[in-house]
Amino acid sequence: MRRDRTNAPGVLDDVEVAPGEPLIEVEDLHTHFEVGGGLFSSSHASVRAVDGVSFDIRRGEIFGLVGESGSGKTTLGRTLLGLAPATSGAIRYRGLDLATLTEPEFRPLRRRLSMVFQDPNASLNPAMTIVQSVGHPLRIHGLTHNRAETRERVIDMLERCGLAPAERFLDTYPEDLSGGQKQRVVIARSLITEPDFVVADEPVAALDMSVRAKVLELMMDLKDDLGLTYLYITHDLASGKFVCDRMAIMYLGQMVEWGDASRIYDDPQHPYTRALLEAVPLPDPARRGRDKHLPHGEIPDALEPPRGCRFHPRCPVAFEPCGWEGRDLVDAIEDRWTKVDEDTFERELSLVGDLADAKVTRAEARFPAAEADALRRWLEEIGPALPAKVFRGVESVEQDGHEVVVRFGYGPEPAPQDIAGHTVACHLHGVVPREGGIHAGPVRGSGSETGSGSARERGV
Amino acid sequence: MTAAALPHHAAEDGTEIPPILEVRELSVAYGTYRGSLQAVDHVSFDLWPGESLGVVGESGCGKSSMGRGLLQLLPPGAAVGGSVNLDGEELIGVDRRRLRKARGEDIALVFQEPMTRLDPLMRVSDHFVEAIRAHRPRTSKQQARHLAREALAQMGIPPTRVDSYPHEFSGGMRQRIMLALGIVLSPKVIIADEPTTALDVIVEAQILDLLDRMRSDEQVGLLLITHNLGLVAETCDRVAVMYAGRIVEIGPVPEVFAHPEHPYTQGLLRSVISVDTTELSSIDGSPPDLVTPPPACRFAPRCPARFDACDEVDPVLASVGPSHEAACLLHPGSDALASTPVVRPSAGGAA
Repeated sequence: MRRDRTNAPGVLDDVEVAPGEPLIEVEDLHTHFEVGGGLFSSSHASVRAVDGVSFDIRRGEIFGLVGESGSGKTTLGRTLLGLAPATSGAIRYRGLDLATLTEPEFRPLRRRLSMVFQDPNASLNPAMTIVQSVGHPLRIHGLTHNRAETRERVIDMLERCGLAPAERFLDTYPEDLSGGQKQRVVIARSLITEPDFVVADEPVAALDMSVRAKVLELMMDLKDDLGLTYLYITHDLASGKFVCDRMAIMYLGQMVEWGDASRIYDDPQHPYTRALLEAVPLPDPARRGRDKHLPHGEIPDALEPPRGCRFHPRCPVAFEPCGWEGRDLVDAIEDRWTKVDEDTFERELSLVGDLADAKVTRAEARFPAAEADALRRWLEEIGPALPAKVFRGVESVEQDGHEVVVRFGYGPEPAPQDIAGHTVACHLHGVVPREGGIHAGPVRGSGSETGSGSARERGV
Repeated sequence: MTAAALPHHAAEDGTEIPPILEVRELSVAYGTYRGSLQAVDHVSFDLWPGESLGVVGESGCGKSSMGRGLLQLLPPGAAVGGSVNLDGEELIGVDRRRLRKARGEDIALVFQEPMTRLDPLMRVSDHFVEAIRAHRPRTSKQQARHLAREALAQMGIPPTRVDSYPHEFSGGMRQRIMLALGIVLSPKVIIADEPTTALDVIVEAQILDLLDRMRSDEQVGLLLITHNLGLVAETCDRVAVMYAGRIVEIGPVPEVFAHPEHPYTQGLLRSVISVDTTELSSIDGSPPDLVTPPPACRFAPRCPARFDACDEVDPVLASVGPSHEAACLLHPGSDALASTPVVRPSAGGAA
């Protein structure tokens, strides 16, 4: 590899990282975004986009981050590159803690830490020719001294990226290229400064099926040729399986399962991972009509993540300790009403009243009712038959004056455990509360829980 | 085999069921400054009640133009030709009022981006009231709300939320609302154009389950336009593969997936990356410019099996198996109508 001609801190090269050793070490990383406030509102809340994540990325590997939109995978990738400020935690890279660097301190590092974005149409400037776009980082980092030199290096990189003869492309504009060619240009631009770590955020999702394979193959070849390490962010488990050495499945800002990619695919342990794998459509007509055991609903609002296990309201195999709380009961009743006829709905609505009037907390749901006795009997009767398994977490249903109180048992957030050669955060493998987690049910002990969820609870 | 593969063609008593939608020689052309762009070029197919037909191909192959062409929902300046026969009634050339009635009531469209199709200032229930009363003016508001509630519940939207605004729903819920709007008038055919592309895999699977249930419960004909062959394999009875404005292969899904006969279909199937993939594959090049398409077989420039005749003879669909047709000169019959003019209207001629 060409020797450095850079202004990057000398410290980087003092720290040699052998292949297979951790190149990036992430410890308890949080990235929260403040939201709300606004002109007329005094409330403040934060979206915990990345909420306590620890892992490492080894030199020379492709580490996959897989999850649905809203899982925090893109934010995590951006935080590693200093594009989203870390709220707390550490990101160690060659002896530096990236999470503590200021933007001016980070800038020279950007040539070593690069990114490929999803949509090539949005990431190339339509007014710049290809040689300008791809050569731009060289100019910014002062890596070349004249245009001829820049041009020469751009030609070299374009040809490496499969755009040969490069002369044909140099002075064209992005609009003259196909989607696959544009993404090759984006890759060439991200690699021209000779980075050693590249975050690739859905690099083929915007491309036609017929060219995805070519671009993935290119990225894998370049990794070997140039000694790169990738963080591959995707929602597509199929390409993840082909590409990744190790991977993490993310859900609502946390990793729910991580480890060797082949082990995770062969023997997924978290119900969410299983659901994702089940849901991937395969080009195999024999699978038509199979029972997919799909989770209910969608990924919830990250402003108020479910307590306990964040996946529990959707989980097909959730049970007693998974974190059932007041709002789950309200949601389950609404869900029931999509499945009953209109008369039943009207009758039950008059019994329960407006669900927005129910007071829900981590430990109970309180329904004001004119006929509290009838409501209690109804809840006891339909509770176990509700579509979600919320009633498994219920300890008691009682009348309290003109209210019916449903009380929930303790449902801690699961701690990561090592199962089947990888790491899983799920109570199915034994109930281990996560320290500092957001638990459901009555408060136990003291001190160890962050109260961050309680102030925002619905109805409080 | 034929009867088993195509159960929608025959009723239980053995009588033949006519297709709900008969499309013949459908063409869609756009005027461009370089000349006429033939986005859909003489496409013919049938769709039976309760059947789902997948339409696949790369972007720019005319899938969406075909779907819109069926309802003549095209930008000004676009020309539609051929015949679209819905349950015995010709739709091409009818007046605008009849067409407006057909849209939504007879044929429903479900698009990719639900948020852009819902009015942010209207409650969800008002969307239904408006749609229902536009088609059935004598429906009372109360009746319309009742219908809305029922359709929404079928799609898993609680009746307590019918008066919410679109922004109060998540992406998957909005797509469910669109589906509910699609079915509330009990259409005979649903055209779903990439209905799940903006959604995550789990929500995608949920929406496809709903579409599939609508198809079988109401015996609706479903046209599923998608680039995802996996979705077709798991949802459709038959598949039509489009390339450069034409159907190049059509047949029962199990048959086409097991024995793809057109090199384009073979290439598409090979390029799918699934969890079972052990080797990556792709199709070189990209679809042709449809202002000046290749003169004979349109796939020839990218075809790994190309031979001399491919540049001279324009192949037509010919039978390659039970209810299975492909337009490729590798198969006898595809050149049967070689007398059809190979030279199509060129840019100069059409302009």
